[in-house]
Parts: sequence; structure tokens; C-alpha cells
Amino acid sequence: MRIELIKRPERSALFAALSPFIALGLTLVAGAIMFSLLGKSPVEALYYYFIDPLREVWSLHELAIKAAPLILIAVGLSICYLSNNWNIGAEGQFVVGAIVGSILPVMFPDFQSWIVLPLMLLMGIAGGAAYAAIPAYLKVRFNTNEILTSLMLVYVAQLFLDWMVRGPWRNPAGMNFPETRTFSAAATLPEVWSASGRANWGFVFAIVAAIALWFMLSRTLKGFEVQVLGQSPRAGRFAGFSQSRMVFFAFLVSGGLAGLAGISEVSGAIGQLRPTISPGYGFAAIIVAFLGRLNPLGIIAAGLVLALSYLGGEAAQISIGVSDKVVRAFQGMLLFFVLACDTLILYRIRFVGTSAAKTVEATQNV
Amino acid sequence: MFEGILLTIATAATPLLIAAVGELVVERSGVLNLGVEGMMVMGAVTGFGVALATGSPWLGVLAAIMVGALFSLLFGFLTLTLVTNQVATGLALTLLGLGLAGMMGESFVGLPGVKMDYVYIPGLSDLPMVGRLFFGQDPLFYVSIVLTGGVAYFLFKTRAGLTLRSIGDNHTSAHALGIKVIAIRYMAVMFGGACAGLAGAYLSLVYTPQWNENMTAGRGWIALALVVFASWRPWRVLAGAYLFGAVSIGQLHAQALGIGVPSQLLSSLPYLATVVVLVLISRNRRLTMVNTPASLGRPFVPDR
Repeated sequence: MRIELIKRPERSALFAALSPFIALGLTLVAGAIMFSLLGKSPVEALYYYFIDPLREVWSLHELAIKAAPLILIAVGLSICYLSNNWNIGAEGQFVVGAIVGSILPVMFPDFQSWIVLPLMLLMGIAGGAAYAAIPAYLKVRFNTNEILTSLMLVYVAQLFLDWMVRGPWRNPAGMNFPETRTFSAAATLPEVWSASGRANWGFVFAIVAAIALWFMLSRTLKGFEVQVLGQSPRAGRFAGFSQSRMVFFAFLVSGGLAGLAGISEVSGAIGQLRPTISPGYGFAAIIVAFLGRLNPLGIIAAGLVLALSYLGGEAAQISIGVSDKVVRAFQGMLLFFVLACDTLILYRIRFVGTSAAKTVEATQNV
Repeated sequence: MFEGILLTIATAATPLLIAAVGELVVERSGVLNLGVEGMMVMGAVTGFGVALATGSPWLGVLAAIMVGALFSLLFGFLTLTLVTNQVATGLALTLLGLGLAGMMGESFVGLPGVKMDYVYIPGLSDLPMVGRLFFGQDPLFYVSIVLTGGVAYFLFKTRAGLTLRSIGDNHTSAHALGIKVIAIRYMAVMFGGACAGLAGAYLSLVYTPQWNENMTAGRGWIALALVVFASWRPWRVLAGAYLFGAVSIGQLHAQALGIGVPSQLLSSLPYLATVVVLVLISRNRRLTMVNTPASLGRPFVPDR
């Protein structure tokens, strides 16, 4: 038996809408199989992963905390991927944003004013954007592959953070733990609705960023430029759009948003810098971007789904003793299914039996 | 001392070389598989587990090769049969591999592993200076050299190698000539997977015979960079791999000597070196244009 692709006359709007849901369904089935292989009841495991975290209000707040960085990073990545710039170093830009944004609360803890927080956020954005500008510059100036350079810089950023919190920025009153001093109240991102849970303004930033970028992509000339340069660089050149400027635009926007995510996470959810400040948000956001079909509004939903998988991973570990490592396997499978299902948008799939295939070949040979 | 350093450089270079030579064949066929890191870590965990269970490092190596090839088949099915975006699918393979390996290897953390024995060629390994380096290595070192030579011979001296390169340079013409583009690309992808699996096993059975989740530490990505650095030529991959081996061992020795630079900053040297080397090699646009397989990363749907 053989699989043949038959090109559709036009993009299937039906499958464009359905494919993320088919992919989610397939991931659940594959997950159920995986859990039974691990000797757990699949129904129980999936319940703890995807239903249990949604049952209490405080848990919904936790969901928003986890979704915020994912959405912030992923909407930025959607600009990159739509314009054919493969920034996969968002994890590093997240870390650098967090470090640069933390300069004020760590080095000047006595400077407490209403202006501290806005400055921190701006510095976080600047740090992330500046770090993303490195692969962008190298791509434009030296034609260097941005995939490899942006990824290499992730390791560099993580090692640098590790050094900062163990070395120059270690909390003098912290009993030698590798962490910075805890941020003062003036440097802490406030909670949105503190009566019911911990969710902070990071989630609001994420929603605002997603809506703003959705507007930019679908309603403005810049958005059109992103799409044209991504799909046909030649047509873009004839239209007078600059490829190099687009590289910088995409990297600076996504780096800035990743930096904002970094400083929001540190200031809102953690309250200090530690050697590890992200459970792989920068990479999970790649999955979020594709699951959301590179549409900022879709990415909001996709970010919530991936955030749920993180929360569910913690719940399942506590309640039925499934390792939290399973989450990343889950997320990887999800991306695979998303990509496979996207084929259905452009192609019909036909299964050809061997005998039928032979007949076809025979007629072709005549 | 000097001999010892040379030996450790070879140990650091061998996994990079094996993985990069495999990826070189894949890319020469016109497919860009960014999943090297994922296939490598799958090979590492499989090799470690099987060697631990059976007590035989060789069975571990064999299992790692098979798992690497099977895992790459997943990538092949998506990109070749379903014509998905190769960059995104390769990333997916890496993320899935890291996730699965972390899950599979959880019970291995902290266990002492099985170490592969060194092979001493009698007489020759006693030669001064170069004796140990060339004739007293772990068996996979020899495999890596033979592999590089074999791939160089295959690609540039055999008809099958020419066919593979022709697909990488122009899949439409190759298809028109009756060459089975998809079938050959499947084989190339699986070869790359097998090599990445072997490279992973090298890490968990020779380099540091133990398991931890982050043991590949970006080596799969460095292998991808090496292929670009080597402008898709096998012997240059070897040179590149040893250069990187030297950088990573050099920084380890610098850490041990305590030269006053923080260890984390020294540890980031191999990654920075990768960036620098990529910049140096790709700034010459014409050189890159000539050497890059022209169909690299492009989707191919056969017309019927």
C-alpha cells in the first residue's frame, strides 16, 4: 500500500480550522496508549492531565501564569515563522530579558518607586530584543544560518545566568544558595485579582500582545509585508519590501516579547533570579505557535492548551505518580501531529493498494 | 600530558564526527533534518539502557543504531510522504526525542553505566606520542574514521553516490530521469538517524558512561553546524569535528587549571565558537551558494 498526495485546487478552509483539533485528538489517543504502556489507567491519567487542573479557581490562575510566557513568546515567533525567519532561540532571549530586567531590583534594591516596574519591563524587552538582534544581524550581514546561531545563543544565555546567580549577583544574605535577593514589592508584578489567586499582569500583557499582533498581521500594510516576504521573497522585492529590514523586524519583535515574558515571569511568578527560570517555555512556545496555526488569536487558545499540559503534568505526578518528564514527550508528540495534519490543508490523501499502483504504473509505461 | 590531551580531543570529536557525517549524507540528498539532537539523545538513552540490561556495550550500540534509524523514519514519513515543512518537523523530532529520552531514562539517573573497552593494537599502540592516539582507542573511534572514508568514497566515487547527490541538487530532474527520489531520501534519512543514534551511544557508553537528560548538551546542533562549516564534504567534517573537540577539551583543561575565568563562561566557548565559525564560513556567499545542495530543504511532490 502506498500513500499518494493529491493537491487540492485551493486551500481547504475546513481542514485549516479542523487540523489543530484532529492533532489534539490524535495526541490524546497516543497519550492514552503511552500511559497504558507505563502501567497507568489511561482514563485516570488523562483526567488528571486535562480536566483536574480546570476544576478550581486557584488552579485557573496557575494556568494563566503558565500560559502568559507561552503566548507572549509564541505570538512573536509567529511573525518570525510567517516571514520565514527561523528564530528558535526564544529560550535564550527569555533568559536575557529576565537578566537585563532584573538589573534594577538586584543592584539597586533601595531604589523603590512606582517607576521601577515600568523600567524593569522596558529593560527586559530591550534585553530580549538586543539578544535576538545578534542572529538577525549575522543573517543579514554575513548570510549566517539563523537557526543554528539563535539556538547556540540559548546555551550561552543559560550559562551566563548560571554564573550571575552563583557569582556576582548571589544574594549576600542567602546562605550561599544560588539565587539573587528577592525582589521588593515595588519590583514585583502585581496580581490581577489577588482575592482569588496568583495570576499576575503577565497574562494581560500576553492577551494585549496577541490582539495587537493579530491586528497588525491582518489589518495593516506591515502585516501584509510579513506574509508576502514569507511566501514569496521575489514578489516582496518587486513590491519594494526590504528583506533585511524584515529579518530585523521579526527578530526584534519576537526577541522583545520573549524578553518581556522573561522579566514578567521573574518579577511576577518567581520573585528572584535562579539558575533555571524556565521549564522550556521558549521551546514549548514553538509548539504553541504551530498549534495556533501562526495566528495570534489561535495562539492564545494553543498557549492555554500547552499551559494545561504543564499543570496537568504536576497534578499527575502528585496524584498518580506519573513522572513530570512525560509532559515534554506529550508536547513533542503534539507538534508532530499538528504538522502532519496540516498536510490535509493543501493535499488530499489517497491510499493506493499495491495492485492498483501496479496498474497505474503499467498504464504509464505504455 | 600532551598525548593525554590529544586522546581526550579525539573522544570529544568522535560523537560530533559520527553525527555530522550522517547528517551530511541526509543533506546531500536534499533533506534538512534538524532532529539530530533528538535522535542522538534517543540513541544515548537506548544504548545506556540496553548495555545496562545485557551487560554488553556492543548490544547497546546496536540497539542505539536501530532506534536512531527508526526514530528518523518518523521524520521521513512526515517530510517525505506528507511533505511537511522540514525545519519545523526537524525541531519537532528534537523536542520529541528530548522528551521521550527524559521519560525513558528516568530510572537510569545515577546508575553506573557500562563502559566500552579500549582496543590496543599490539606493538603499534606502544609507539611514542601517536601510539595511543591512533592505535589504542575505543572501537567507535575507528568506526568514525572508517565511516568518514566510506561516506567520502560513496559520495564521490560511486554511481549510487552520484545519484544521491543529483537528487540533492535537483530533485525534479532526477525524478524525470526515473530516479526514485523519495525512496533514496528515505534511505539517506535512516542512515543519518542510525549515525546520530550511534553518536548518542558513544556519549553514554564511552564519553561519560552514565545517563543524564542533558548529556547531549547541544552536540546534535553543533553537528549540524559542522556540516555547513565543512561545506558538505566528509573530510572537512573530520577536520571541523577535531577543531571543536579541541575547543571543548581546551576549555575543560582551562577550568581545571583555574585561570580565573568563571567555569560557566568557559563552558559557553564551544557554542560561541560554533557561531563564529558559521559566520566565517557563510560570509563568503558565493562559496556557500556553490556548495549547498540546491534542493536542500525544498519540498518535493512527484508529479504523475
